[in-house]
Amino acid sequence: MAQSNGTQNLFNRVWDEHTVRTLPSGQTQLFIGQHLIHEVTSPQAFQMLRDRGLKVRYPERTLATVDHIIPTLSQARPFADGLAEEMMSAIEKNCREFGITLLNLSDKRQGIVHVVGPELGITQPGITLACGDSHTSTHGAFGCIAFGIGTSQVADVLASQTMAMGRPKVRRVGVNGRLPAGVYAKDVILHVIRTLGVQGGVGYAYEFAGEVFERMSMEERMTVCNMSIEGGARCGYINPDQTTVEYLRGRPFAPQGAAFDKATKWWLGLASGPGAQFDDRVEIDGSAIEPTVTWGINPAQSVGVNESIPTAASFPTGEQAGIREALAFMDFKESQPIKGTKIDVAFIGSCTNSRMSDLREAARVAKGHKVAKNVRALVVPGSQQIREQAEKEGLNEIFTTAGFEWRGAGCSMCLAMNPDKLVGREICASSSNRNFKGRQGSPTGRTLLMSPAMVAAAAITGAVADVRELLK
Amino acid sequence: MQTIEQVVGQGIPLVLDDIDTDRIIPARYLRCVTFEGLGDHVFEDDRKQLAGHPFDNPAYRGANVLVVGRNFGCGSSREHAPQALMRWGIKAIVGESFAEIFFGNCVANGIPTVCVAPADAKALGAAVTANPAQPVTVDLLKRQVSCGAMTYPCSMQEGARQSLVTGNWDFLGQLVEAEPQTRQVADRLPYMKNFA
Repeated sequence: MAQSNGTQNLFNRVWDEHTVRTLPSGQTQLFIGQHLIHEVTSPQAFQMLRDRGLKVRYPERTLATVDHIIPTLSQARPFADGLAEEMMSAIEKNCREFGITLLNLSDKRQGIVHVVGPELGITQPGITLACGDSHTSTHGAFGCIAFGIGTSQVADVLASQTMAMGRPKVRRVGVNGRLPAGVYAKDVILHVIRTLGVQGGVGYAYEFAGEVFERMSMEERMTVCNMSIEGGARCGYINPDQTTVEYLRGRPFAPQGAAFDKATKWWLGLASGPGAQFDDRVEIDGSAIEPTVTWGINPAQSVGVNESIPTAASFPTGEQAGIREALAFMDFKESQPIKGTKIDVAFIGSCTNSRMSDLREAARVAKGHKVAKNVRALVVPGSQQIREQAEKEGLNEIFTTAGFEWRGAGCSMCLAMNPDKLVGREICASSSNRNFKGRQGSPTGRTLLMSPAMVAAAAITGAVADVRELLK
Repeated sequence: MQTIEQVVGQGIPLVLDDIDTDRIIPARYLRCVTFEGLGDHVFEDDRKQLAGHPFDNPAYRGANVLVVGRNFGCGSSREHAPQALMRWGIKAIVGESFAEIFFGNCVANGIPTVCVAPADAKALGAAVTANPAQPVTVDLLKRQVSCGAMTYPCSMQEGARQSLVTGNWDFLGQLVEAEPQTRQVADRLPYMKNFA
């Protein structure tokens, strides 16, 4: 395929390539090149297929893993939680019956669905990808178009390898300048969401472009795209470049040899060119981004670590009730500094920040320190492969010596469907993606989102700290 | 499939912004292999924390039309959220705006999910609060929501609206029908043959 992108951006190009037809409703029937499933949102979908006597159309284009309900301590079967055990049995039975490969706990490739797809080279530029999980936007880091979907759509993709969708608009989110030291990809995306709002991306796909993203590693790009959904954008992506190509080279599901060269040409040719058109553009100054921490109950409610929690009066009238609700739930006061806020739990993990570079940075901060008294700290690697690599590098030793617990791979305390939960009003410094009320397993528990390095800093300080002061 | 042109029923107001799907149905209730019983747990944690939550108010028992604020249903893609609302009795949702995955999940379950102007969402919420027995009508053909003497224009993404009013919201059947065209697309995509 020729490299003549002209005015078309990557999103629209990939969308057109995957359009099967226009449905009677006017929506597009879109071909989905890769489908990923997990134990929570798939059982009802398989039942929908059974009810209609349908088969899985391309079983080799669906890959299953288990992550949401996996205990991170004892993984012996049957699980202590009978409901979790029932879900495990269901995905095992469904995958067997419908001919789908399952990365079960006994498989060394098991892990969080948005960690294993990229790690295995399944996630590639220019494909369409769907998964019954909102953080599917993660895969957009490769310049693929990835959508989080509901269970009915999981059934649609299983049975037809397509789904019905209206074409979103595309907004180019440019971030330029040089990030200050100690500012991570997590800070960038939290800052973008703070700037554009949790509803700002509704109706849009986000193209993240500019020097800041160009300089990022693939893991950092995944952190950014992962949280597109927290900004309301169902899909976020970064144009494929040489960084993308080098990441994919040699991965088990990536093309090999001459096929890889052919693929590289196609991948790089999909990128939005300089003349690409967008429905909207915004520009953000990367050099002004600080280590960022959330103080409220949605991911846009954040401040730089050296800022104070805002006053309700500083928001438009229509938003003030929501701000007061957040302050009351968190039991924080207006104008109170976020730095120094005492924490009870520190969680490093989730599909946002559980990859090697996240663990390395957190370990760099933790090394030679001790977790503060009264703080419970856990590190949950995103996949079994990451756990193994981290152990090879001795990161587990650094963490456990400092007083962190070193766990098995899974989603864990990001959404607390497994035994890892907050208790009562605990405050958790968390590298995950959502600070919603009750998100981490206690209906009244509180979450402060931040980068893994900032979580490590909070764990050893016992309170929210500026990681840059520890790295001096 | 059944055509859905209009929903008439009692309203229930919850005119707050950014209500996420974790609040609609907490994650611990996702430990299930069917959607049965989810209606019993809708907004469970909010209801425990807020005395007089609309979903516990006897005045709104039997309500069918939920009135919400901006960005309702944000966060997790869990279809358990509209399932829980539906099983509680909700048949249509009127609000300022909706998160997209939630919106799609509603349409897949035949729940009209329509947008009105911010001031109209507040006015409708106030009208329902003032007179809970007064029926609310969501009319997808006229593109309007009415309650008593008041009528508000509403909008819904056109493809989704069409799918409801023409009874084509069961996408699975339609998608499977296009098997030959699907194969053509699969055949022309270089990655489907792993760039061989």
